Amino acid sequence: MIRHLWTRARRSESEYDFPGGVHPPAHKARSNAAPIRVGPPPDRLVLPLNMHLGAPARPRVTVGERVLKGQRIADAQGTVSTSVHASTSGTVVAIGPHPVPGTAAGDALCIVIDSDGEDRWGPLEPWPDYRRAAPTELVQRLRQAGIAGLGGAGFPSAAKTRLGEGQRVHTLIINAAECEPYITADDRLMRERAGQIAIGIDILQHLLNPSRTLIGIEDDKPEAIDALRAAMSERDCELRVVPTRYPSGGEKQLIQLLTGLEIASGTLPSQAGVVCQNVATAYAIKRAVIDGEPLISRITTVTGDAVARPGNYEVLLGTPVEQLLQHAGLDRHRLVRLLMGGPMMGFTLSDTSVPVVKISNCLIAADARELPEPPPEQACIRCGDCATVCPASLLPQQLYWHARCDQFERARQNDLIDCIECGACAYVCPSHIPLVHYYRYAKQALRAHDDEQIKADRARLRFEARQARLEREQAEKEQRRRARLEANRDRAAATSAAPDHHGGNQKKQLGRAITAYKAAQRAAATAEAQGAANAVELRQRASDLKQQADRLQGRAPQADTAPSGVVAAAPKATPTATASDQRERRLKALKSAYGRAHKQYKQAHAALQRAQRAQAEHPQSNDHNDVAGMEQRVAQLKARADQERAALDTLMEQAKSDLQQRAGKDLKTLKVEAARAEVALRRHAERLRAGRDSADTDTLRRWDAELKQLEREAHRSREALTQAVRAQGLVED
Amino acid sequence: MARKPLINAPAPHTAGALGTAAVMRQVLYTTLPGLATLVWLFGAGPLLNVLWAALVALAAEALMLRLRGRPLALHLSDGSALVTGVLLGLSLPPGSPWWLILIGSGFAIMVAKQLYGGLGMNPFNPAMVGYVVLLVSFPLAMTRWAEPGQPFSLSHSLSLFLDLPGADGFSGATPLDTFRTWVGNAPLLAEQPILHGHVAGAGWEWVNLAFLAGGLYLLARRVIGWRIPVGVLLGLAAPAVVANLVDPLRFAGPLFHLFSGATMLGAFFIATDPVSASTTPRGRLIYALLIGVLVWVIRSFGGYPDALAFAVLLLNLAVPFIDYYTRPTAYGHRSKRQ
Ligand code: SF4
Ligand code: SF4
Repeated sequence: MIRHLWTRARRSESEYDFPGGVHPPAHKARSNAAPIRVGPPPDRLVLPLNMHLGAPARPRVTVGERVLKGQRIADAQGTVSTSVHASTSGTVVAIGPHPVPGTAAGDALCIVIDSDGEDRWGPLEPWPDYRRAAPTELVQRLRQAGIAGLGGAGFPSAAKTRLGEGQRVHTLIINAAECEPYITADDRLMRERAGQIAIGIDILQHLLNPSRTLIGIEDDKPEAIDALRAAMSERDCELRVVPTRYPSGGEKQLIQLLTGLEIASGTLPSQAGVVCQNVATAYAIKRAVIDGEPLISRITTVTGDAVARPGNYEVLLGTPVEQLLQHAGLDRHRLVRLLMGGPMMGFTLSDTSVPVVKISNCLIAADARELPEPPPEQACIRCGDCATVCPASLLPQQLYWHARCDQFERARQNDLIDCIECGACAYVCPSHIPLVHYYRYAKQALRAHDDEQIKADRARLRFEARQARLEREQAEKEQRRRARLEANRDRAAATSAAPDHHGGNQKKQLGRAITAYKAAQRAAATAEAQGAANAVELRQRASDLKQQADRLQGRAPQADTAPSGVVAAAPKATPTATASDQRERRLKALKSAYGRAHKQYKQAHAALQRAQRAQAEHPQSNDHNDVAGMEQRVAQLKARADQERAALDTLMEQAKSDLQQRAGKDLKTLKVEAARAEVALRRHAERLRAGRDSADTDTLRRWDAELKQLEREAHRSREALTQAVRAQGLVED
Repeated sequence: MARKPLINAPAPHTAGALGTAAVMRQVLYTTLPGLATLVWLFGAGPLLNVLWAALVALAAEALMLRLRGRPLALHLSDGSALVTGVLLGLSLPPGSPWWLILIGSGFAIMVAKQLYGGLGMNPFNPAMVGYVVLLVSFPLAMTRWAEPGQPFSLSHSLSLFLDLPGADGFSGATPLDTFRTWVGNAPLLAEQPILHGHVAGAGWEWVNLAFLAGGLYLLARRVIGWRIPVGVLLGLAAPAVVANLVDPLRFAGPLFHLFSGATMLGAFFIATDPVSASTTPRGRLIYALLIGVLVWVIRSFGGYPDALAFAVLLLNLAVPFIDYYTRPTAYGHRSKRQ
């Protein structure tokens, strides 16, 4: 009931609403009166390969080739991409960089065509009976016809309408809001070609099979509303008139306004079962499917005080902006600011040679009075107006502070990524702070940072894989070598009984032992770095070999003089490493192995999280295929770290229980005893020092004796502790 | 033909806001009815206060900007120093001596605003910091209000302002003071003429009505949002209604509170200072409600007759906290955060 009243009060046909929003002056009357006019016939067309969002198309023509109107001259490549077509007949004169319009102005690869003036169509392939076609075929057709969102974002329609396995669309939304000031291209299109739009919607319905279709339109276009209503009267489709408020035409805002649904951050509307298409796109889809005409023209509003004939023009894509403006009667002396797009989200053009592209819904040629120089930026007075109008419920002022101080991560935590760059905040800011500019800057920095991280992660993974292979090979080689060495040593022991050469033999043995040790050491180190499973064994072997080498070295000088029999017996007589020594070494090895494994696991885990975040934030980019691989790797590394830990724990336990058995005390008791002795000793020393002047000689002497006794005891317990620790291989740390 | 290069600027390309300077100008204009009423009731004193405080504020701002090496013209033209000076001048008793105003206004700008980093950086409302510094340092001078409706002559006002010897002659107290004095005593309360104006305390009701008128204009022009004034008035009136119902002799009624002292000036002009207020939409309402409640609490139980300055400063202190806990849930995070 209350909701109903509220809806009525807003004069809205939708019971839902979105927060914030602003009411900039519309300036639409200037351009929406006259019917759509034909744009200028261009002499030269410049067709950028990236007129859409996503991967640029790949040229399929060569310089000098003759092309016909509607001929495909570049193919879509990648999942999010679409094709490019010649908008008139002529000759390809260049394929290379040319200035293109865009927020990040600059050059991009373009195909340049000189028109032959004949405007001759190539063969067309109409599909009047599209209902026979399977959805996948239709999607393919949209992709080959170069259809991209004409509302301003240029998202390839094929990518939007291609549904995944088991994906269902419950709501199809046709965006007819056209909420930006000045722009009337959709308004005129709806008034004049509502019938074709309706067929386009039919095709989308066939393609997506939604349970309901909603058209959202702002209440400032009564004629368009009537025309659409008439065209849709027989169809299963609801027209919802919503109050004029910027940015009701934002995809997320319109979805929220019509359905009350919020698209979760980092996901696409289609994942929530909603697909949103612009009316002009629906029109282009009709042309592409029914008439077989690819997307080679669009309706562009040309307006502003510096043009004599404002209105809507049907312009061939690739037409230079300069030519279109001349066509509309541009007064170059009055022009001070030229915009492509609306005044809220559009961008300035400084070069009029750039072409009209698929996203060019509007050109505003403004004079100094209409869009004057922006006033100087002043300090933020924290007025909070920006937060009140933000349709994404962000705190623009907070984001601004973070972006300004280069605290990009903080900005991310404040959901910078969810900013739709609508500019409502900057529009109301009394201090004239170009807030969106700051957000773009921060987003770019974040993106660059993420890309860097992903690249580094990938490089590390590659490096580690390679390292693992090398390790394995080396370890195997080492094993073979060791076998050989052992055989050699046996032989040497056997032959050294002979009096001659025993010194030389000894030296040779020593040399070999040292080489073997060094090799083992290297193998163990690399194995550890890589986290190979046999690292512990390798490390232990290395230290065995070291001991052996040490032993040989210790004997080498005497070997020259000692009787040969001793030498021959020596290897057997040398005490082998005691059990506790071995355990100590093994513990050490296990510890470092565990440390490394754990570190590797941590790193891989962090890398995975970064990759996942990147994927969530840029879902349309398709270079995150390795997330699954990374997940697997993280699981592996974790398993290994756990394994090492378990081995370590077992060994520690064992060592402890050994100690308990042998000394009757566990390590803790020993520690406590040692500490107690230490304290008693200190206390006595204190007493002695204090009493030096006052106490009589006998007492002093007694105290001194006691002190000596205590010293001995403390020493003893300390020794016991160290020994126990060492003997049990319990490395103190 | 050399063409001027086209403007290259980030979106959006139009501005819907008045601009900080224009906002400040509107605020200044809308204080005029209140100032006129004060002059009508008390003579030239309030006008002298305002002019001198504004002059000192501007000079202090210029001095500090120069010391900090900031562009003078850009920052002076935002008008914020002027507003601080005017608001402080409006809060001071008529007949305040020049040195008192000099100290208050100078402190407000130099310490409370510029030492914190200038416009936008000060956590406390500068005018109220100046006011409280004076109230604490010179309690006597700051609480002596003349009898409303018996304006001093211009020469008397001037000699008070110049602090000339022999210029004296304060009498009377504000309605709030009077109520405090006779609280709980029904016959005596009934005998005080100052407590019985048309809507609330005599004389002061007009001052408050005038500021209310100015404030409503600001609201209508959307120079200020509704949350803060509505919050303050509601926060003050609600406890007053309840307490007055319980014990009318001890607690004054809501109308008396709303139209006495600095209520309207505070609700529409002082608490709305954007810099030191909470910045989230929900936070502002909470901020304002708490100011209102605190004003009522201090007026009813505290040691000072009026409380706006303290309430505002205390809530300034709580702003980071309020902001943190009232962060709106961003679009697309509803399910995640709940
Ligand atoms: S530009 Fe971003 S922060 Fe500003 S109002 Fe739009 S969504 Fe909010
Ligand atoms: S609107 Fe501008 S001045 Fe106001 S809080 Fe936002 S950024 Fe600051």
